[in-house]
Amino acid sequence: MRVVIAEDLHLLREGLVHLLRAHGLDVVAAVESGPELLEALLKERPDVAVVDVRLPPTFTDEGLQASLTARKRIPGLPVLVLSQHVEQLYARELLADGSGGIGYLLKDRVFNGEQFIDAVKRVAAGGTAMDPEVIAKLLASNARNEPVGRLTPREREVLELMAEGRSNAAIGQRLYLSESAVGKHTANIFGKLGLVPSDDDNRRVLAVLAFLNEK
Amino acid sequence: MTTRALVTGTALFCVALLGELVAVVALVAMVLSTVLGMIFLVPPVVRLVRRLTGLNRRLAREWSGVEIDEPYLPEPDPPVRLPDGWYRDGRSLYRTPRIPAFNRRLSWLLKDSATWRDFGFLAADMWAGGLLAGAPAILVVVGVVQLAGGSPIGLLWLLLVLGAARWYAPWAVHVHGVIARVMLGRTEKARLAQQVSRLARARTDVVDSQAAELRRIERDLHDGAQARLVAVGMTIGAAEELMESDPAAAKALLAKARDASSTALQELRQLVRGIHPPVLAERGLADAVRALALDTPLRTHVTVELPGRLNAPLESAAYFAVSEVLTNVVRHSGATQAWIDVSTSGDRLRITVTDDGHGGADASRGTGLAGIERRLGAFDGILALNSPMGGPTTAVIELPRALQVVRPPVTWRTVTMGICWSLCWIPLFPQGFVAMILKLVGITEKSWFLALHMPPSLQWPTIIGMILLGTGMLATAATLSAQHRKANEVACA
Repeated sequence: MRVVIAEDLHLLREGLVHLLRAHGLDVVAAVESGPELLEALLKERPDVAVVDVRLPPTFTDEGLQASLTARKRIPGLPVLVLSQHVEQLYARELLADGSGGIGYLLKDRVFNGEQFIDAVKRVAAGGTAMDPEVIAKLLASNARNEPVGRLTPREREVLELMAEGRSNAAIGQRLYLSESAVGKHTANIFGKLGLVPSDDDNRRVLAVLAFLNEK
Repeated sequence: MTTRALVTGTALFCVALLGELVAVVALVAMVLSTVLGMIFLVPPVVRLVRRLTGLNRRLAREWSGVEIDEPYLPEPDPPVRLPDGWYRDGRSLYRTPRIPAFNRRLSWLLKDSATWRDFGFLAADMWAGGLLAGAPAILVVVGVVQLAGGSPIGLLWLLLVLGAARWYAPWAVHVHGVIARVMLGRTEKARLAQQVSRLARARTDVVDSQAAELRRIERDLHDGAQARLVAVGMTIGAAEELMESDPAAAKALLAKARDASSTALQELRQLVRGIHPPVLAERGLADAVRALALDTPLRTHVTVELPGRLNAPLESAAYFAVSEVLTNVVRHSGATQAWIDVSTSGDRLRITVTDDGHGGADASRGTGLAGIERRLGAFDGILALNSPMGGPTTAVIELPRALQVVRPPVTWRTVTMGICWSLCWIPLFPQGFVAMILKLVGITEKSWFLALHMPPSLQWPTIIGMILLGTGMLATAATLSAQHRKANEVACA
């Protein structure tokens, strides 16, 4: 799997390269600025890009902008965005084209190598990986949303994990449930939120995120 | 409109006339008080003068649309009774407060430069603004008297008034107000003194709150991230020692260290958000407000009209003001929806937050809002809260001088435009049309009409030339104005 990395802090960049290579991923470019990133993405067309939001030269949201521009030129180009803070606003912008292949995680998630690699692979496969903190914020801002309020605590847990982008199997593993029990919960959630159920994991996640983003 | 301006102009002239009378009375009183020592005349005379200038200020506001602030020094405190029952005034002691009180009042009145400027205004008003505002009425009187005396030139004055009153009368009334403001308004010195005391207060507030903020950050770092990093270091050290003897325990310790560093990061994130939110640094006020709106549980509608980035300290003050207001809306108003509007007018930033809650909010109760007001105060900004019982609540945050407004440079175009607009009437009316009427009617009076002083063969060409010149100037002015406006519209778009 070919990966492009964009991160301006030398230590962190090297750490990421090391981590990804140790898990058998092929890092084809590791750049440190917005323009370099855009060039690398368009030239290398990687299977997935791991991008820091704040990059030189402006140290604003160069990384995010470069990723969005690249995704306009190469639709569905998988991008996993890393940041020191998460904003619903950025999550919305990343998800806006509705084509999936998007990850948005706090930098701390790199600490847990296995889960991080899992997220990278999920994004590369066209899935989503949303940070639990993004989902928590989404649900908090939906606190007064009528259908969300009708979910049982267990359904809420399933919804959170589902919105992060996990499959039924992964959710079941996390909550110590059988896959069929998770399937029943998801069917209930979709019923309560008034969404059309789908067997495709990715499409299901995008539907949930779109619903929560509607507010 | 014209009639009203004519009437007010005449009234202003009458007031000026009255002012002249009062000025004469005041002069006599002043002479009496200095020469004959009749010092008791001063306070009532000054009071009379101030009453009349007060009337002039009010008329300037109501009729001329010119706001004039009162320039007077604050009145002195009454004399304090000493423990022994006497009243002190300088080095003298008095049994009753009457004389010290009088002395204080006297020195208050005489030492205030505004008192003397008031006298000056009353003496000069009739010859400056008053004459200007009353000119049409005076011309009518002169004209009628001349006509009654059999002189046809009187008709000319009446015609002049009839023709020019439309633009002259409102202008003269306004100019009267402007002249009054020059003489009756606050002097630069008084204004600066007031501003200095306000700025000193704002600076103390800012320094205090800044110090408190730094103390809070220091405490948070000390008890939070710093302490956790110490723990992480210690845990890693312990794991290092156990590495060989008990690898499983070392692994468990390392996992603990990782969790602790994660928590430290989380705390640092919280802290950073409170100092300067990353989204504000990355995207500016517009998107930061949108991000705020997304994070509230309310249904929020955001409209932003900003020409670009504002400077960072001001942006941050505006952001935290909106944030605090929204927090209050969520906590206290019971609202389900909120509308945030960010816009600019001139160089002023204006943010309105409206909610559909039950109202009854009181800015003086919330400590958060008081802090925001202080912070805005450092930029001369204000937070105004309008929250009637039953709602809706509207909070308005206003920051002056938030944007750099580019003043149009003075070019030959603007200069030409100004000259043409202000002078085109001279060749057009008196030198052109009026001279033409006089020539047609055959009146021998020449006055200041250039054409009538010319040899007969050059009279008509001069008149026509004048009319053409005036029309040309008018057309030039109009064309340049139109171009100017168009250019402005393009620049705005």
